Amino acid sequence: MTRADVAAAIRWIGATLYALFGGADFGAGFWDLVAGGAQRGERPRGLIQSSLTPVWEANHVWLIFILVVLWTGFPDAFGAVMSTLYVPLALAALGIVLRGAGFAFRKSIRRLGARRAMGATFALSSVLTPFFMGTVAGAIAAGNVPAQGNGDAFASWTGPLPLLVGALFVASGAYLAAVFLVGDARRAGGREAALAARSGDPATPALPNPDLETYFSRRALGAALVAGAFAAAGLVALHAEARYLFDRLTDQGLPLVILSALCGLGVLLSLLRGWRRPLRPLAAGAVVAVVWGWGVAQAPYLLPTSLKITESAAPPDTLAAILAVFIAAAVIVLPALGLLYWLSQRELLND
Amino acid sequence: MPLVSSPGLLPLPSLGSNLLAAHELMSFTLGFHIVLACLGVAFPAIALTANYLGLKHGDEAAMRLARRWSKVMAVTFATGAVTGTVLSFEFGLLWPRFIERFGSAFGIAFAVEGIFFFTEAIFLAIYLYGWKRLSGWAHFWSGTPMVVAGIGGAFSVVAANAWMNRPQGFTLDPAGKVVSTDPLRVLFNPAWGYEVPHMIFAAYMVAGFLVASVYAVGMLRGRRDRLHRLGLLIPLTIALIATPIQIFVGDMAARAVAHDQPAKFAAFECVRKTGAHQAEYVGGVCTSGGVKGGIAIPGLDSWLVGFSTGTRVTGLDSIPPAERPPANTLLHLSFGAMVGIGTALLLLGVWLAIAWRRRRDMPRTPWFLRAVAVSGAAAIAALWCGWIVTEVGRQPWIVQGYMRTSEAVTRAGGIWWAFALVVLLYAGLGTGAVLVLRAMSRRWREEGEEAGEAEAPYGPPAAAGEAPA
Repeated sequence: MTRADVAAAIRWIGATLYALFGGADFGAGFWDLVAGGAQRGERPRGLIQSSLTPVWEANHVWLIFILVVLWTGFPDAFGAVMSTLYVPLALAALGIVLRGAGFAFRKSIRRLGARRAMGATFALSSVLTPFFMGTVAGAIAAGNVPAQGNGDAFASWTGPLPLLVGALFVASGAYLAAVFLVGDARRAGGREAALAARSGDPATPALPNPDLETYFSRRALGAALVAGAFAAAGLVALHAEARYLFDRLTDQGLPLVILSALCGLGVLLSLLRGWRRPLRPLAAGAVVAVVWGWGVAQAPYLLPTSLKITESAAPPDTLAAILAVFIAAAVIVLPALGLLYWLSQRELLND
Repeated sequence: MPLVSSPGLLPLPSLGSNLLAAHELMSFTLGFHIVLACLGVAFPAIALTANYLGLKHGDEAAMRLARRWSKVMAVTFATGAVTGTVLSFEFGLLWPRFIERFGSAFGIAFAVEGIFFFTEAIFLAIYLYGWKRLSGWAHFWSGTPMVVAGIGGAFSVVAANAWMNRPQGFTLDPAGKVVSTDPLRVLFNPAWGYEVPHMIFAAYMVAGFLVASVYAVGMLRGRRDRLHRLGLLIPLTIALIATPIQIFVGDMAARAVAHDQPAKFAAFECVRKTGAHQAEYVGGVCTSGGVKGGIAIPGLDSWLVGFSTGTRVTGLDSIPPAERPPANTLLHLSFGAMVGIGTALLLLGVWLAIAWRRRRDMPRTPWFLRAVAVSGAAAIAALWCGWIVTEVGRQPWIVQGYMRTSEAVTRAGGIWWAFALVVLLYAGLGTGAVLVLRAMSRRWREEGEEAGEAEAPYGPPAAAGEAPA
């Protein structure tokens, strides 16, 4: 393995973590969007907000990480992508601004009308942002980004494959989020019951907790099916538009594709049977396997099939610096991030 | 070509103006973000100071301030995180040739910054949402990594900017492609040593004066309780401690720029002809015939550069015309405004110190509160002026001596439209943030401390005593 491969792998690890945490974060916004009116959507939105609040900023730092590793480690590829796909990238950036502002502002204001406007901004951009990011990924996979950059500003990302990958990004985020929220609903339910028992106040209703669990588990099931359908359609589009990737995905990448499908089936089974414990690992496994299947299928290309990883790589000492930063991040950031998720899952963080 | 100085209003979309449009867009978004970045760097230290005082002395007002400030930080940090993300997109979207050619060197500092930003985001979340369930001191300590991460983040970003001013640590092949790098020499370039501390102290000044100014306004409106006094004095003291150090650092920086970046220095000091006995001008308009309308202090410019009026200062006549910075008057007045504001803020500190020595209290006159009330805006103005000097003063280069900004700019069309859209978007963002903060402050005033956020995003207010979902 060359240093360039190591740097590419680091970027892919970042992309995987972003697909998991960023994806679930966007997905939570999707469920906020479709939760219905103020009355009907109150409880799911409350759960979404309390689950998201402590972690949403950390979830998105992975995006910065991917961008920075790409521009430092593979500047040519970065320039090519940016000078070709600037339209969906600018729209994704717009979505990030609206989403972050909408979420942060909604939490801090009280007037219902303003809250609704902010909430709608947050929720709508939670769908549009991953969609445009998906079209970028799809355009790269389809080989629509020429190595020298300045590819077609619109045709590059408006074909069936990029649009399907965009839809897949939205659906898989929604699927991950629903699975995570099933667990959060369970915990929140336990806490509410404990609180009600402690207060001993019959006027405080022991809110029907299982209903939120069922609510999200039903949605997880639906999202899993939709994401699976998009993935299958994506394979067909891949066959038509990105033959190189398709051939390698069904060859070197096949074990990972099968693993992803098995994990997906496992999620479906667990949801139908009401098994809670294997849900999160299986759902995450399905996404991780797809991301790495893509990575394996695309190697040794950064931009299939015009720019190889080695051709685009920065000088060796820069790649070493990326590795050093990655190790430092693993030593400093990962334990801190673990602490954050641990505290948040133990319900030690709330307003 | 006029750069930031151009009016930039009602631009007509035309193909030839991509460079100008990209400049306007970059400086606007950077100018917006830099204020929030200052709060990201320095606000945690201010809130933690209040938290420390509150825990140590059992001071309820100080604790309340820390709690409120952490909630304010949540809003400013979120806004800063999104505007910062926009900037990292913009580097690629607006200047793709720059990143393509120099990303392997320039990017290193940003990779380092990623660690600090991540750390700050994580510990901000723990601090912000740990008030209820973590024990007092454990909670305090959970906030301290933010202070370190803020300083580290400022170091990395400003080191990247310093590298653009004094690029080193790479070799080029005949085609101009970077073929090898030395990451440590990239990070620790000659300009980092003065740019980084200058920015960190600037962040402490902006955050300190800005927070203090909010409480000064409150006191002017008659709210003179302990909460407001502490809310004014804690951030003001921090900012006033930073001010003299900042002036010292800035003086060193100016001297270093005179040696390291002579074109920039000559432009903002309006030095036309290289030579000794250069006058320092306060105000005035730079023309090819010298400074018009300013107050000249003979020999002072030479003396400031080398502690002798005989010091030779490089003038613009030694710089090839195609490499001279544009908009010299803008640079000159920006530099003067920055120094002037810094000096005025120093005098504010002297005023407070004298009153404190006399009667252990702040000056009684409302003029003191009025001065503090405008100090936040003044500090932000000085910050912007400083960045205009360093960025416009580097033009026409994006990487001094290696790449011109005009070579780096994107060929994509419609940048003026993007600019117009971003101005509208950021106007909304800024207005939204201010309205949200004002609403929070009004709520705290009217309903007391526990008037937190509503439990669920939209529903009717939940019954009292019910835990937030």
